[in-house]
Amino acid sequence: MSAPRTLFDKVWDAHVVAQEPGRPAVLYVDLHLVHEVTSAQGFLALDERGLMVRRPERTVATMDHITPTDPGAYAQGLEEVVTKTLSTLEANCRKHGVRLYAVGDRRRGIVHVIGPELGLSQPGMTIVCGDSHTSTHGAMGALAFGIGSSEVGHVLATQCLLQRRPESARVRFEGRLPAGVGAKDMVLRLIAQVGIGGGTGSVFEYQGEAVRGLSMEARMTLCNMSIEAGARAGMVAPDDTTYAYLQGRELAPAGAAWDAAVARWRALPTDDGATFDREITVDVARLSPMVTFGTNPAMGAGVDEAVPSPDAMPDAASRTALGKALDYMQVEAGKPLLGKPIDVVFVGSCTNARLSDLREAAAVLRGRKVKDGVRMLVVPGSEAVKRDAEAEGLHETFLAAGAEWRETGCSMCIAMNGDMLAPGRYAVSTSNRNFEGRQGPGSRTFLASPATAAASAVAGAVADPRPLLDAGGAR
Amino acid sequence: MSAENPSGYPVPLRSRAVRVLLDNIDTDQITPARFLKSTDKAGLGEVLFCDWRKDPAFALNQPGARDARILVAGDNFGCGSSREHAPWALVGWGFRAIVATSFADIFRNNAHKNGLLPVIVPPAVHARVVAALEADPAAELEVDLPARELVLPSGERAAFPLDDFVHHCLLTGLDELGYLLAHDPQITAFEAKHP
Repeated sequence: MSAPRTLFDKVWDAHVVAQEPGRPAVLYVDLHLVHEVTSAQGFLALDERGLMVRRPERTVATMDHITPTDPGAYAQGLEEVVTKTLSTLEANCRKHGVRLYAVGDRRRGIVHVIGPELGLSQPGMTIVCGDSHTSTHGAMGALAFGIGSSEVGHVLATQCLLQRRPESARVRFEGRLPAGVGAKDMVLRLIAQVGIGGGTGSVFEYQGEAVRGLSMEARMTLCNMSIEAGARAGMVAPDDTTYAYLQGRELAPAGAAWDAAVARWRALPTDDGATFDREITVDVARLSPMVTFGTNPAMGAGVDEAVPSPDAMPDAASRTALGKALDYMQVEAGKPLLGKPIDVVFVGSCTNARLSDLREAAAVLRGRKVKDGVRMLVVPGSEAVKRDAEAEGLHETFLAAGAEWRETGCSMCIAMNGDMLAPGRYAVSTSNRNFEGRQGPGSRTFLASPATAAASAVAGAVADPRPLLDAGGAR
Repeated sequence: MSAENPSGYPVPLRSRAVRVLLDNIDTDQITPARFLKSTDKAGLGEVLFCDWRKDPAFALNQPGARDARILVAGDNFGCGSSREHAPWALVGWGFRAIVATSFADIFRNNAHKNGLLPVIVPPAVHARVVAALEADPAAELEVDLPARELVLPSGERAAFPLDDFVHHCLLTGLDELGYLLAHDPQITAFEAKHP
């Protein structure tokens, strides 16, 4: 018998091409996802050496970061630099024979939404992308992490990366998840507990009854924000929920190949007795809807909890950081954010723009109105999410409530495409980062779940969604 | 005078230092997303910390900052996005080393590939660096890459951890892509049996 291994160990070990003494591992990459903003310099590195993409069939590109979500924008003409960035990706993909889901393609969407949705992201794979939220795909039981543009070039040219083996950490969510909270609240609680650098150097494996009970889309939300605790990646062991989600997807294995794949995947979960470098426990039995109050994702609390005071911080550095954050946010310490007036609500991003997220927001909005003076944008995570949402009439709920129903893209999460918050304005956002200026220079972001975002749109202020959710509601 | 070794990294690197003493400085502050809409690295040094530079009191607006090659920051520098535009902007400004108590993983990887050295020091050393620069803002720090040591103005030498392979690459000019390409036979053999 070999020694018990973790899920991470198994995926890592199966992808080490070479490991010379004192050198990093040469790690094979099964799936390389590419988007327009971080790939041009990677392709350029190949051009400079006269190289071609080694495995175009393992490389898939999309356009998401800078594409407009206003349906009329293309007719009006795009900014020159946007056109150039998009056409550069097109030219690179054409030259190298890489599949590209460009604007107009029915499979296009946010890179971390379409990977699982198309069945590309599968258990046991190594998956990389020039984007930190690549951790999302860990929900499939894959080892998935973000890389820089130089590394994008390495993978394009060799299908490999040089990597030191990270440490492993087990994150166990203990207790039954109460009604009215979900994966977004779980991960915001975890990040608040361990801190924005608490996972540095580690790959998280999420375990516990509360994780097993999550849908695949909710597991994606959980894994997506692993990077906001500084973790290299987050993973959930594949189970019947995973296989049920994947089976029949456009690019998933089918027929005999499917049966063989499932047999392989069933061996992936962490063995009994396997050890982790670290153990983290998060109690979710009394979890409230989480909202961030500061300028990094670890500065969060339950919507009904008081914002902490800088004076209560244990050291000078955290006193300075929290004081600076509260000053930037113009948020008062010592009382909850509940009732803080807001200007914009954004439902979207690779964290929370899947069909279940839109259903969750719609369940709150149905029969209600977005408060006068508040702008609400709903940006589906992909063309497929948009089609599915429209097929069940969710867009009508959003439009009837007074929200905007837009085209897919990263949109106001990163504010590169013209969707942005004005200086000094507040958004409740289902995205993943509340850094200074993230949603536009001077913007102020409260991160929350789709339900909390929708409830806040109705109230025109930060709100607790629980009173608006039917018993046994959307989640 | 500092010479250059085969990788182009200055040995030794001696310079005055700029202090931005905040923890968790994220890549959105280093290079705001609106400057990522470009297909090359040109001009990124000019937008480094551009939103914070609107404040005349910000460290990069002080005399001598333009010539500094070393940045001293707080804990967990470079957290957030994977954008390599962050090290490109820092190098574009002229920085070749960042002194901090820790770095975010992706930033650290990206920095290594761009001749930008993450110098990780324990909190006590960090405090002495900060105190020395507070006493004399024009004082110089030295990064001794071959020895993997930071030399404080007092002459104190503080060792910093640097991955052996990264150290080797920075000293010899070995490039990682070349190293990977040399593994072509092993990669081909791996692919033949990998599902």
